[in-house]
Amino acid sequence: MLLLENVRKSYREPNGEPLPILDIERFHLDAGEQVVLRGRSGCGKTTLLNCISGLTTVDEGRISIKGRDLVGLHEVARDRFRARHIGFVFQTFNLLPAFSALENVLLGMTFTGQKSDSGRAKRLLEEVGLGHRLTHKPSALSVGEQQRVAVARALVNRPSLLLADEPTANIDPAHQQQVIDLLRTACEEEKVAMLLVTHAPEVSDQFDRVEFLEKINRAALVSSRES
Amino acid sequence: MTFWKIAWRNMQQRALASSLTGLSMALGVALMILVIVIHEVTVQQFSSDAQGYHLIVGGSKGGDVQLVMNTVFHIGNPLYPIPYSYYKEFTEGRYAPYTKVAIPYCIGDSFHANGWRMRVVATTPDLFDKISYGANADGTDKHYEFREGRNINTEHFFEAVLGSVAAKKSSLKVGDTFQPTHGMSAEGTKHIEFEIVGILKPTGTANDRALFVNVEGFYLLEGHALSAEADDALVAGLESAHEEHHDPDDPNRGRTRLPEAQREVTSILVLCNNDLSMMALDQAINKGKDRTAIAVMPGYLVQDMLDKVIGPVRVVLMVLTVLIVVVAGISILVSIYNSMSERSHDIAVMRALGASRAAVMGIVMVESILLSLLGGLVGVLLGHACLALASPYVEAHAGIVLRFWQFNWYESLLIPGLVIFASLVGFLPALTAYRTDVGRSLGGGR
Repeated sequence: MLLLENVRKSYREPNGEPLPILDIERFHLDAGEQVVLRGRSGCGKTTLLNCISGLTTVDEGRISIKGRDLVGLHEVARDRFRARHIGFVFQTFNLLPAFSALENVLLGMTFTGQKSDSGRAKRLLEEVGLGHRLTHKPSALSVGEQQRVAVARALVNRPSLLLADEPTANIDPAHQQQVIDLLRTACEEEKVAMLLVTHAPEVSDQFDRVEFLEKINRAALVSSRES
Repeated sequence: MTFWKIAWRNMQQRALASSLTGLSMALGVALMILVIVIHEVTVQQFSSDAQGYHLIVGGSKGGDVQLVMNTVFHIGNPLYPIPYSYYKEFTEGRYAPYTKVAIPYCIGDSFHANGWRMRVVATTPDLFDKISYGANADGTDKHYEFREGRNINTEHFFEAVLGSVAAKKSSLKVGDTFQPTHGMSAEGTKHIEFEIVGILKPTGTANDRALFVNVEGFYLLEGHALSAEADDALVAGLESAHEEHHDPDDPNRGRTRLPEAQREVTSILVLCNNDLSMMALDQAINKGKDRTAIAVMPGYLVQDMLDKVIGPVRVVLMVLTVLIVVVAGISILVSIYNSMSERSHDIAVMRALGASRAAVMGIVMVESILLSLLGGLVGVLLGHACLALASPYVEAHAGIVLRFWQFNWYESLLIPGLVIFASLVGFLPALTAYRTDVGRSLGGGR
């Protein structure tokens, strides 16, 4: 479902020198598979997620989702592909404060180029236990509720792949498990593959497949030696 | 969810800043509306003042501008008069074949009340019966109408009719009497009383501010008749003669008409039979051997005055109001631009959700347009509300009727103009949105 081949990505240092961030020979994810990605800070986890989603372009290599090569797509087509096929759950939830819970979920449908299905958005919010909080703004929701809205927003377009960037980092331990359970259950029900970035061993221990970025990313090894 | 809704929510999120920038736009547009409508009404009024007749004929010693200012707008000192016999040329003499209506105007007296000075115009009832002023929306002529009472009776020498503003300023009613003052100074000699028999409806012309008396009575007032050349019989009719002996039921108080030889007129309003007659009369009076009087086409002269006096003032006012709107637009630009750093995170989230660069740029542009449009619409309403609020005061003191719904076609250009303008001012912050670095704005590491 997700396949990365010979993906390389560098940033420019202030002195103009290239700083390799990603150098991945091969990485794949099967349909519906749930994988945890671990790695130390600065090893390129977020860059990898941004490259997979098409938010950041790679220098070379191939990233394909459902057989579609993202690298070759024009930016507009990549954006549209991301809207339809990739869901995002962020570390800080990233709900837009001006919008209600329902509107935040509908926002996920706005850029697909298709008609928004408010019925599905409401159903998803009901499924995550927020049927009674549809019109509440994020500021009126608890941290746990905000994260549930974020999960509903990520899944509303029935994506093929959900990218979760440390979704439990800002949550107290009591709520961490609820979020993980919610993500896993929702992805299973919606048959969505999930790539979850986390530092927490108690989270990664629950997954069958855990990848360490330092092992698959040769650039991480270089930079760790340098640091 | 539409871009409009997203933009609206963004505005709600920054309600105070959005309201203040919208308000600055509203004030700019309101000022623009006021300038546009007041200019139009002023031009209409000026034009109406000079409509309903073809020529003004007056003494050749004054200029054409003074003649029009004096006769049409009741401004300035009266011109040197012309003999009554000259007026008769229009009613039964050499100019009669070209003339449909000729109305004498005798100016020189005033009336002072409640701190206001108003012009007293001596004329005939024909002014209100046979002459129109301005035109209705359907192109038909507007005729003088009486709000109260009736027109002057030619045979009742001491009857008067008041313009609407003059009635309001003087607090005089039908049935009251008033004493005109000789000359324009309040200290001038008081003449005998005239009885008010009618009050005109507002016309929006300078005539609203004048008091009209029967010219027959005017001639009988002291200082208005030419020398009688020792003809004692003629003196009998004058104001200075004893009046205690007349019949109390006699509306003319025992007086008889002043002989024509002792009469003069300040000017004559001439309604010609047609345009050809007008040209012929103009030629005959202004190019003929007889240089007693000059003839002026008031419409042309008023238009010239509008172009040369009011036109430039309007341009200056319009430039100032456009500048105010531009400043308001720049405040929208600054407001949105300043908020870009705080909303770069929201933009990055939308980009992560699949929004293209063009989409986030479009949302910012829509926000700018929405802010300008709402500010503009509030400004249109505010401008017209100001007109409606000022209407009673302006009508009472200037005779200009302003209505809330008094729209000018220029206003219809405001909306597309604002959309274009808002797109221009929204472009810079929209470009910032376009260039937002998603990775950095989402706060992620490597």
